[in-house]
Amino acid sequence: MLTLDNVTAGYGTFQALFGVSLEVNAGEAVAVIGPNGAGKTSLLRVISKVIPLNGGHIAMEGQSLDTVSAHRVIELGVAHVPEHRRLFPRLTVEENLRMGAYIKGARGRFEERLDFVYELFPRMKERRHQLAGTMSGGEQQMCAIGRGLMSGPKLLLLDEPSAGLAPVIVQQVFDLVRRIRQEGYTVLIVEQNIQQVLKVVDRAYLLEVGRIKMSGASRDLLENDEVRRAYIGL
Amino acid sequence: MEFSLTDPFLWETVIQGLLFGGVLALLSLGLNIIFGVIDVVWICYAELIMLGMYTIYYLYVDFGVPLPFAFAGGILMVAALGAVLHHLVIRPILHTEPINQLLVTGGVLFFLQGLATMLFTVEFRNIGVSFGSIEAGEMFFPVSRIIAFTVSLVAVGVLWLFLKKTYLGTAIRAISQDRDVMPLMGVSPRRIYLVTSALGGGLAGLGACLLVLLYDIHPAIGLTFGPITFMVCVLGGLGNMFGGFIAAFIFAEFIALGGFYAEVEWGYVLAFVFFIVMMFIRPQGILGSRS
Repeated sequence: MLTLDNVTAGYGTFQALFGVSLEVNAGEAVAVIGPNGAGKTSLLRVISKVIPLNGGHIAMEGQSLDTVSAHRVIELGVAHVPEHRRLFPRLTVEENLRMGAYIKGARGRFEERLDFVYELFPRMKERRHQLAGTMSGGEQQMCAIGRGLMSGPKLLLLDEPSAGLAPVIVQQVFDLVRRIRQEGYTVLIVEQNIQQVLKVVDRAYLLEVGRIKMSGASRDLLENDEVRRAYIGL
Repeated sequence: MEFSLTDPFLWETVIQGLLFGGVLALLSLGLNIIFGVIDVVWICYAELIMLGMYTIYYLYVDFGVPLPFAFAGGILMVAALGAVLHHLVIRPILHTEPINQLLVTGGVLFFLQGLATMLFTVEFRNIGVSFGSIEAGEMFFPVSRIIAFTVSLVAVGVLWLFLKKTYLGTAIRAISQDRDVMPLMGVSPRRIYLVTSALGGGLAGLGACLLVLLYDIHPAIGLTFGPITFMVCVLGGLGNMFGGFIAAFIFAEFIALGGFYAEVEWGYVLAFVFFIVMMFIRPQGILGSRS
């Protein structure tokens, strides 16, 4: 579904990614794991074209994203739930969800998808008229994921959904990811919480200083001595 | 002068103030939406209104276009000017120091005023449309002011619905809260800024439609309305449309009642003194949240 071929990207003169290649197949959940500053967020940001692609190629379902502008990527079925959630704090929950359905192709199915998101997250229905900025971190994460689903994407990019949340809530967030998988979405997730994320995805790539260092089935990575020593602390 | 609540002239004055407040409220809307969304103050806002008034004048008087179409032409003209102003002047300096934006739009003010003086001369013009007055008890109210007031209220309501109920309106509110995340929603920030500028211009154009019914047109008329529009916005809390709405009526009543008890100039003096005092007490404006 999504293919990255030798992708190079960065911010200005700072290079964050050095020739990254990866692939996400339809129906899969894939994680990109790695330490802080490895380039995980940059990887998602270059797929969304929020930062420019300096080299290599990106394609979604065979269609090249190389020259597509950022606000057109979502029209090709890629929804990006950004780091720190980035809700519109002074819009209500429902208005935030409406923004998720902004693209022309999504507006006609707004009500239907709103029902779907409310069914997935009943808490959001209770809070639909509340300002998003006044909710707890876990609720905001639900709203952010819901907003991502409102465009009816084929691929969902999740950037550190567990970051900054209390441990109990972190568990809930990974349950959410599991449920979204069960709904049939293809997911590419970036996480620092390696042990947890490897339990909900099929495969993972280990990113270190902008390069893919290792990849494989999540079970194999969980059992890999090097991964365990360096990132899980066992 | 004696103070009496049964004095019909006092009530006439209060209601006149209310009607004038409606016009000020409309004038403040466009400036507020531009500031609230793009974070830029169009110092030359009233000069856009002035150009709208000339557009209506020439369409109606020289070209014989029926008044409603001349109004529509005026609104479209100023909406286009707003978009052009953003594209040519604001966008290149959007991410520089705010003082640059004030200076450059201030420069546009004098440019437009000079241009208007060259093109249209300093002669005072009037479209010569009069709707007469209506009488209520012993009070008289010009119909043109009642129209202006009503249109202002309707415009405020329509704008509110637009911002609240439509995708585009929601995006306009959202972009002021988080600009960089907008592309992830499939929204082009450039386009939203351009649309907002045209909307602000369109509101200035609507203001022009109301002002041509009430006042003579001349190249410096922007100086009559520019400062007070700006102060209405600041008193209400820059960027806060509801605050601007309330502030418009406060200012209008100061001017009307000042004119009733003394002279109209005293009304302006009192209004500005009130403004200055308020700036000490509540510099962020009545409903503003910015520090």
